[in-house]
Amino acid sequence: MSPSASELNEFQVEVAAWFTDNKPADPGFLLPQSFMEVGTDQQFEFLRDWQRKVYEAGYLGMAWPSEYGGGGRDQAFQDIVTAEMARQKAPFMTNTIGLSWAGPLILNMGTEAQKQAYIKRILSAEDIWCQGFSEPDNGSDLGNAQLRAVRDGDEFVLNGSKIWTSLGSYADYMILLARSNTETNTKYEGLSYFLAPMKIPGIDPVPIRKLTGEYGFTQTFFDDARIPDTCLIGEEGKGWQVAMKTLTFERAVSGGQAGGVHSMPVFASEVVALARQAQRDGRPAIEDPLIRDQLVGFLMEERGLELNNLRADIPGLNSEWPGAIAMARKLTSSEWRRRLNQFAVTLQGANASRYVDDAQAIDGGRWQRGYFNAFSGTIGGGTSQIQKNIVGERVLGLPKSE
Amino acid sequence: MTEQTEPSGILFSDEQAQLLEIAATFSANKAPIDAVRRQLAAGDAITGELWREIAALGWLGIAIPEEYGGSGLGLGEVVAIVEPMGRNLLSSPLAATTLAAQAILWGGSDLQKSQWLPQLAGGSVAALALTEAHGDWDLCNLTCSASRSGDMLSLSGGKTFVTDAAMADLFLLSVALEGTPALLLMEKSALGEAALHREVVIDETRRSYGLSLDGITVPAANLLPAANIGGALKGLHLAACLLYAAEMCGGMAGVINITLEYLKTRRQFDHFIGAYQALKHPMVDALVGLEQARSHLYHAATVFHMPSGRGEVAVRMAKAQAAAAFAFASDRAIQFHGAFGFTYDCDAQLFRRRALWCEQQHGDALHHRKHLADLLLD
Repeated sequence: MSPSASELNEFQVEVAAWFTDNKPADPGFLLPQSFMEVGTDQQFEFLRDWQRKVYEAGYLGMAWPSEYGGGGRDQAFQDIVTAEMARQKAPFMTNTIGLSWAGPLILNMGTEAQKQAYIKRILSAEDIWCQGFSEPDNGSDLGNAQLRAVRDGDEFVLNGSKIWTSLGSYADYMILLARSNTETNTKYEGLSYFLAPMKIPGIDPVPIRKLTGEYGFTQTFFDDARIPDTCLIGEEGKGWQVAMKTLTFERAVSGGQAGGVHSMPVFASEVVALARQAQRDGRPAIEDPLIRDQLVGFLMEERGLELNNLRADIPGLNSEWPGAIAMARKLTSSEWRRRLNQFAVTLQGANASRYVDDAQAIDGGRWQRGYFNAFSGTIGGGTSQIQKNIVGERVLGLPKSE
Repeated sequence: MTEQTEPSGILFSDEQAQLLEIAATFSANKAPIDAVRRQLAAGDAITGELWREIAALGWLGIAIPEEYGGSGLGLGEVVAIVEPMGRNLLSSPLAATTLAAQAILWGGSDLQKSQWLPQLAGGSVAALALTEAHGDWDLCNLTCSASRSGDMLSLSGGKTFVTDAAMADLFLLSVALEGTPALLLMEKSALGEAALHREVVIDETRRSYGLSLDGITVPAANLLPAANIGGALKGLHLAACLLYAAEMCGGMAGVINITLEYLKTRRQFDHFIGAYQALKHPMVDALVGLEQARSHLYHAATVFHMPSGRGEVAVRMAKAQAAAAFAFASDRAIQFHGAFGFTYDCDAQLFRRRALWCEQQHGDALHHRKHLADLLLD
C-alpha cells in the first residue's frame, strides 16, 4: 500500500530536521561538484563518511530490499529524502556508480550470493565502485570494447586498459565490460560483464588530469590480472545485454537507484541571484533586457524539465512517443546544466576571467569550474551527439546512422 | 467545508484523457490533409456539416456550466480538444466561441448568460473582435470607442483579425467607453452589409475579417456589466494564449510526423536521408522542444483560472515555449523536404503558416518572455 499524504508530510518534516542538524559544516577545503571529480584523499574520506552517516540514519536505499541492507520502504520516502538533500545543498553521495548503476543492476540480475556480498556495502560506502566501459580507442562505440578476458579454468585473465575511470584510485570494485571471445559473428557477441575486484595484483589505476586542472579519474591498466569466474554477471558472452541494462540505469531511463543526490545541484535561481550582483553600465545586470531574456529562458527550461518528469508518469500524455522524455533526459538535463554554468560565467563581466584559486573569484570560481565539469555530463555515458542518434532512432524511428 | 488546495504540477483528468482520445480520432477522420486542402479555397474555414458535428459532440459547451446547457468542465478540458485539432490543421470557431462564452460567464448579466450561453453551447458561432489596426497585443490599447446616446451606444473605429466573422451569430467586442475598456455583445443583425471585409492572412486555413464599426449602434444593455473589464481582457488574452499553446503543440506533432515520414522514405546517395545526422539531430531538437511545450501546456491547463488570470506565469511559458518550438519544427520541415519543401504542394508550408499565425496572435515568444521577466525577476 502506498503511504498516505499525511504520513509523507510527517516524514518530510523529520527529514528536513535531520539534514539541518546533521549536514556537515564547510570542511574548509574545496569539495568536488560530483562523484566524477573526487581528486584528493581528503575529499574522498569526507564524502565517504557523509554517505555512511546518511545510510546509517536510514536515508539511503530506502526502497531497496531489507534482506540486503535496504530500507524495504516505499520509493516515495526516498524521493522525499533526495529532494531535501538537493534543497539543503547537502554534499552528494559519492558512491554513485554503486548506488545508481551497479546496485540496481545487481538487484535486477545478480545471483543471490552477489546481492548478499555487495548491496549493503554499496549503501554504507564500505565498497566503492567504478565503471570499466570506455577504452582509449572505444568511447561512444562501447560494443567495440577490446580489453581481453581469457578463460583459464575457473578464472579469467584480464589484459588491456580502461579509461575515464571515475573514482578509479579509490574503487574496490569495477563493473567491467571485456572481450571474452574474439571469434564471433558480431562484435557484440564476444563480450562478457564482470563485477571485478580492483585491489588485486595486475590492476593499476593511473590518475588523469582533467580540463579543470584537478584529478578525478584514471586510466586503469590490466596486466594479467586474474579474477574468479564467479565475478560474471549475466552469462559469459552476454555482456552486451548487461551493459545495455546498465545504461538504462545510468541514463535514468530505468528506476531502481538507491537515491540521494549525486552532484551539487544547480538552480536557475542561483544565476538570477548572480545577475543581481553583477554590474552592467553602472546598473545591476539584472536590469539589462537581454540578460533578463536569457534568465527567463533558463527558468522556463528548468520548469519545463521538471514538468517533463511529472508528465512522464501520465500514460495518456505519452502515447505517441512513449519513452521520449526518459530517453532524452540525460541529453536535456546535461546540456541545460552546461549552458547554465556557461551563462553564469559570462554574467560576471571582467570577473569571468578569474579562476578557482583566485581570492576574488566570484563564488570561489564555482561557475567556471562548474562549466568545465559540466562537460562530464554532456560527454560521459554517451555524448550528447550519440544521445541524439539514440533518441532519433529509438524514439522517432529514423534509420540508423552509418 | 475545508478550503480546497490549489492544484499544482500536472493533473490530467479522466475527462481530459477521454476527450483527447476521441478528439484525436475525430480530427484524423474528419480533417485528413486532402480535406484541409479542399477547404482552403472554400468560403468558410469549416463546413457547416462538420461544425454541427462538433456541436453535437458537446464540445462547444465543455467549459459552460450545466445549468446553461454545457458540461460544466473547464478550459483544461478544452485544451484536450484543441490540441488534436491543431495537429490536423482543423480550423474552426471553437476557440473563439469558447472564449466568448467564458467572458459572458464571468462578466455577463443573468439575462445575457441565459440568453447566450445555451446558444453558444448548442452551435451558435461567436467571433472575437478584440484586436485593432495598431497590432498591439495589449487588449486594453483601444482606439475603437462607444458613446452613449440614450439607451443606445454609437460605435466607431475598426477591428481586425476577427476570425470566422462571416459565420458568426454573435460578436464579443472591446471598445473604450468614456475612457475605460468595455466589452459588449453585438448580434450579427447589427452589422450593415459593408461592415465586414475579408483579410488575406498568412494561415490559409483561417478566415479573417476586418470589422468597421462606424455607424453601428447597439443597445447599451449589451454591455457586460462587470467592473474591471480591463482585468477581464487580460484574462481573456491569457485564455486565448492557453488555447493557442494547445493548437501549436498539436501542430508541432503533426509537422514532426510528416517530416519523419519523408526522412524515412526519401533516398539520396543510397541512404534514407533520415540516417544523416544533419537531419536527424534537429528532429530530436524539435521533439525535445515539443515535449517541453506539452509539459508547460498541461501544467498551465492545470493551474489556469478565468478570469483572474491566475497561472499567468504558466500560460505565458506555455505559449512562449510552444511558439518557439513550433517555429523551429515547421521551419526545419520546409528545409528538410528539400526542393519539394519549396512547393505549395508540400504540407510543410501549411504548418509553417499556421505556426506564424498562432505565434503572432496574442503575443509572440519574445513578448511573453518579456512579461515573464517582469513577473519572475523583479
